[in-house]
Amino acid sequence: MSERTSEPRGTIRAIGLLSGGLDSTLAAKVLLEQGVDVIGLHYSTGFCMNDHRRAMGRPDEDPKRMRNEGLRAGADLGIPIEILDAGEAYMKMVLNPKHGYGKRANPCIDCRIFMIHGAADYMREHGGHFVFTGEVLGQRPMSQHMQALRLIEKECGIEGYLLRPLSAAHLPPTVPERLGWVNRDGLLGISGRSRKEQMGWSTKWGIGDYPQPAGGCCYLADENFARRFHDKRLHTDPDRIRREEMILLKVGRHFRLTAGVKIIVARDESENRFLQRFDLPGWRFEALECGSPITVVEGEPDENLKMLIASITARYSDRRGEPLVEVAARRDGREEVLLVPPVADQVLEAYRI
Amino acid sequence: MDVSIRADEVIDAVGLYCPVPIIRTAERIKKMPAGGILKVLSDDRVILIDMPAWCRSTGHEYLGHAQNGREYHLFVKKNRARETTR
Repeated sequence: MSERTSEPRGTIRAIGLLSGGLDSTLAAKVLLEQGVDVIGLHYSTGFCMNDHRRAMGRPDEDPKRMRNEGLRAGADLGIPIEILDAGEAYMKMVLNPKHGYGKRANPCIDCRIFMIHGAADYMREHGGHFVFTGEVLGQRPMSQHMQALRLIEKECGIEGYLLRPLSAAHLPPTVPERLGWVNRDGLLGISGRSRKEQMGWSTKWGIGDYPQPAGGCCYLADENFARRFHDKRLHTDPDRIRREEMILLKVGRHFRLTAGVKIIVARDESENRFLQRFDLPGWRFEALECGSPITVVEGEPDENLKMLIASITARYSDRRGEPLVEVAARRDGREEVLLVPPVADQVLEAYRI
Repeated sequence: MDVSIRADEVIDAVGLYCPVPIIRTAERIKKMPAGGILKVLSDDRVILIDMPAWCRSTGHEYLGHAQNGREYHLFVKKNRARETTR
């Protein structure tokens, strides 16, 4: 990008990624304090735990815990928020990240590149001057060390136009600083994993209603989800994994019975209802004449596996204490009834993902 | 809340998960004239928190909601002042 000429203050517009967490909220606030016009972009990735809780519709969940934090932050800061659906392109990236995964299923570097790319496009289309993020140097091991910050900026094609207001004092001056669009002296010099300094600024600026820092709301960084995710990638061609299959990784208990057969057993009534919303191909199992989970089958089980699936379903039904339980196996309008003992827990654990 | 408002346009977002109802609202309201009233149908109870927040951030006016069983009818008036897409 070629540098623009200096423009009078007050006409400068910054486009920022706003998750609604403390860091991105503070980054926006730093720029607002300098009179910059700020627009926040909030990505919907399909892996947000809050969004999933809402989809489950459990009546005992506190609505405040499920609110969209980006919208809340936008309202508190008085800045417009645009929600962007990351869609299929994001799903493809998650399944084949160029820069690999972190400790779980988190492709943090590719994720940042994806979102900052989107912000750069938005900036060009809507007359923005630069992009900003709430990234903090040294805060996250995979994506926020100096080399990663440089790599992300370079791959997004906006070198010099990506400002990190919270760590700017530790980074080379950007074009917005050099042209006087923002005052470098008013930017912060935060680094490292401690949130103490951010909390100090939030108190100073009266920003109190934010989600717990570093709590994480992303399934991709969740240990249980990551096990299921990598099991899926291992047993299915990543290019053929459908969005619905990824959604189902968030629900129920998962058991891998063979390389080609996996089952998902709902944990409660809300998960039963959730699974029923999906028009999935394949077998479904349900214990009869009692409260029972729905068990969804991926793959083609033979007769022995059907007995095992019925036993697992019986184990999680209200008749788990009985010696034999009738379990219905249904598919495409037909039904078979299997009479099985509930499976023993030590057998079950060998299959758990 | 008892809200009786005549809407100019309606979005049916029943059965859609967050944040799709807000995305649809934003898309539709961009095409409406200033002063127009949009009615959004949703069965997501958290939209009662998100929709007022979205209105506060974008400058549109949140007029309130009515409830019909598990369905919420929310009313948003488009303001001239601010929009994200300019």
